[in-house]
Amino acid sequence: MIVSTLPRRLAVVIVVAVIVAFLSIKLNAFRDYQIAEVAYEVTAVAGLTVLTGLSGQISLGHGAFMAIGGYATALILLHLNWPFIVALLIAAAVTAAAGAVVGVAAARLRGPYLAGATLMLGVALPAVAYAYPATFGGDQGLNVVFTTPAFLGANFPLTRWQAWVGAAVALVTLLLLANLCYSRVGRNWRAVRDDDVAAALDGINVALARIRAFVVSATCAGIAGSLLAVITALVAPGAYTLTLSIALLTAAVIGGLGSLPGALWGSLLIILVPTYASDVATSHGLSSSVGSNIPVAAYGVILILVMLAFPQGIQGGLRRLVALFAGPMNRENEPVATPEHSEKEGSS
Amino acid sequence: MNRRHRFRLSAVVAVSTAAAFTLAACSSSSSPSATGTTGATGTASAGSSTAPLTASAPGITATTITIGSHQPLTGPAAPGYSEIAPASTAYFDWVNANGGVYGRKIVYKYLNDAYDPTTTASVVRQLVLQDNVYAIFNGLGTPTHLAVVSFLNSEKVPDVFVASGCECWDEPTTYPETFGWQLDYVREGKILGQYVAQHFKGKKIGYFYQDDEFGMDGVKGLDDEIPASMVVSKQSYVDTNTNVAPQVAALRAAGAQVVVSFSIPAFTALLKLTSLKLGFSPQLVVSDVGADPITLGGLLEAFAKQAGAKVNGNQLTQGIITDGYLPALSTSDSWYVLFKKIHDQYDAKEPLDGNFFYGMAVAYTFVQAMLKAGRNPTRADLISAINSGLPQGPMVAPFAYSAGDHDGVTGAYIGVINNGVVVQQGSVLVTDTSATGAITTYTGSEQQAPASGIPSP
Repeated sequence: MIVSTLPRRLAVVIVVAVIVAFLSIKLNAFRDYQIAEVAYEVTAVAGLTVLTGLSGQISLGHGAFMAIGGYATALILLHLNWPFIVALLIAAAVTAAAGAVVGVAAARLRGPYLAGATLMLGVALPAVAYAYPATFGGDQGLNVVFTTPAFLGANFPLTRWQAWVGAAVALVTLLLLANLCYSRVGRNWRAVRDDDVAAALDGINVALARIRAFVVSATCAGIAGSLLAVITALVAPGAYTLTLSIALLTAAVIGGLGSLPGALWGSLLIILVPTYASDVATSHGLSSSVGSNIPVAAYGVILILVMLAFPQGIQGGLRRLVALFAGPMNRENEPVATPEHSEKEGSS
Repeated sequence: MNRRHRFRLSAVVAVSTAAAFTLAACSSSSSPSATGTTGATGTASAGSSTAPLTASAPGITATTITIGSHQPLTGPAAPGYSEIAPASTAYFDWVNANGGVYGRKIVYKYLNDAYDPTTTASVVRQLVLQDNVYAIFNGLGTPTHLAVVSFLNSEKVPDVFVASGCECWDEPTTYPETFGWQLDYVREGKILGQYVAQHFKGKKIGYFYQDDEFGMDGVKGLDDEIPASMVVSKQSYVDTNTNVAPQVAALRAAGAQVVVSFSIPAFTALLKLTSLKLGFSPQLVVSDVGADPITLGGLLEAFAKQAGAKVNGNQLTQGIITDGYLPALSTSDSWYVLFKKIHDQYDAKEPLDGNFFYGMAVAYTFVQAMLKAGRNPTRADLISAINSGLPQGPMVAPFAYSAGDHDGVTGAYIGVINNGVVVQQGSVLVTDTSATGAITTYTGSEQQAPASGIPSP
């Protein structure tokens, strides 16, 4: 099996970082904002795609974890005035703890039952903000103050700084995730996903593997929530609806479940297609009843086309294309579950 | 087993993505155009100044004023509310065809946020950072607009006449660029509450309200006027759960004879239909936001049809007590005559209902503000124009606007729905937002619509 090495992944990260820096300077302020949006989206989707694609668990409640990360960041920045990076790390830790709690329950549930439980989380948790308006600001939420650092000068656009911070956080998260997925932890997830009985017979602690996947995935969502908070300068319960949770899952599926590059393709689609489609719709002078529905329709059509053409998502489709040209030798690149598990999961 | 699990997982994924579509599913209105640039080139305005028109601010050129907005054109809030921006566009088209604002045409670009705050954050940045709009006008919704209010203020973009009655827009020190417009829910609650306390003495009162800033502001106003001893039950709903049977059953069990409802149209309809099903028929008192008879009647008929029953919307809305701050839908009113003329010319496919009036009236107020801001206004000129007060125009009561108060209209009349039309009862009442502030009869006269349909500068 050909495994990407750390230097290779580092090189990819640096190339992407350079591209982002270049684009952020070349494009206008709104496009910078969109880069930042893609960054938070890809962070959350990457976590979800690992959970669903590698560990075989589903979550319809990742919006709730984003809410936890967002509120943690907002509260720290508001009351303690610590630097953003510290707030981000604490938010990630808090979300990881929440993910562990949910993960313990999730490890005992499967398929539709797990979907139902996480759905409940996604719907119920943001409502906590209404219950404690003194702390969480109720419907109005909390304002998040995030400014450009002084060394960049007074005229440095805020959206460009947001794009840089977002992209940096997303890339580091993706790099860490990629290493994790190809390590023993990731192999155990795939083994559990494919056949939990066989995995257990091989000495893998199935429950622990599932909980780990949930913690990792929730942490990513928490980091994404933290980014979302500083990008939109606000945390409010209205932002973390069920629609958000399902959009994350949609991006993961469209991109290709279990694939980190796929998470990027899915996020790009989710963020860019609606804006592009509505630009096209308004510039062609369509009536608003038609124009306003075009982004929704375009989104639906793309989802259907991708699923028809590439049942394994965009990344799966790309892999098939590469395989067509490069010949069958390269097919081993696909992250498939290896039947043999020479390494044993540590006891717990 | 392995295969079965995989199948289940993919089934769940498929079902949930399908659910995403249902949530995003569209129900939007039909309207002629998204931007208002039709009409003949305006002749020079009759203004005394003849200074040349310049590009005095972002979004303003020698010939155009570009403004933007976020509106729910699809999604759960679209029914009814999606008619508002096309109505405003119709008014701007009328103004553009009749000389414009000092000769400039208003270009109104409104983007769909589907009532989703994350999308609002994105589309408003697109309007401000990429499309360079002069101002954000009539952004619709409390949770949605809250997502952009601090951004707009930090960018110093005028954020005028927000389409929500939340008290959160009246914070001139924190949000100097933001102005409310419609009657805020606290004032509305006080006016409805006083009517209930006076006309239903000794009766048992129940509350039904949306569990957010809208409902809670309304309840605050109601509690200022209705003695706590009269209130037997307070029930709230969340707008994502359409089963209101538990709340209605609780109101019925408490013996409520009058139910005061701070609800959006869909939930007023659900309250009414669920009450019918449970054989419970209290007197309904409903906030203006959820009581437009045409929208409500249509929803009642549609919901009943889904459940396999046939009802008459007008029969079911008969006798509902509400309030109004916009001119009455009566053919003798000068504003009705004007708005109907513009409706028939520019937006005839839409129903001539409360939402249409809303869009017309708020656009009229904007033109008033722009005329006051001067021939070559900066963004700050618009803010100071509004801070120095605006004439009430089509509204039944004056605006609160001053440097220290960014609330909109300050009063309303009580109305009763009769045969699908809100009939005014008594005179217009005005009040403030404080718990002790008196509710007084408005003594000033209502303004007549100008013959040209355009406010004078």
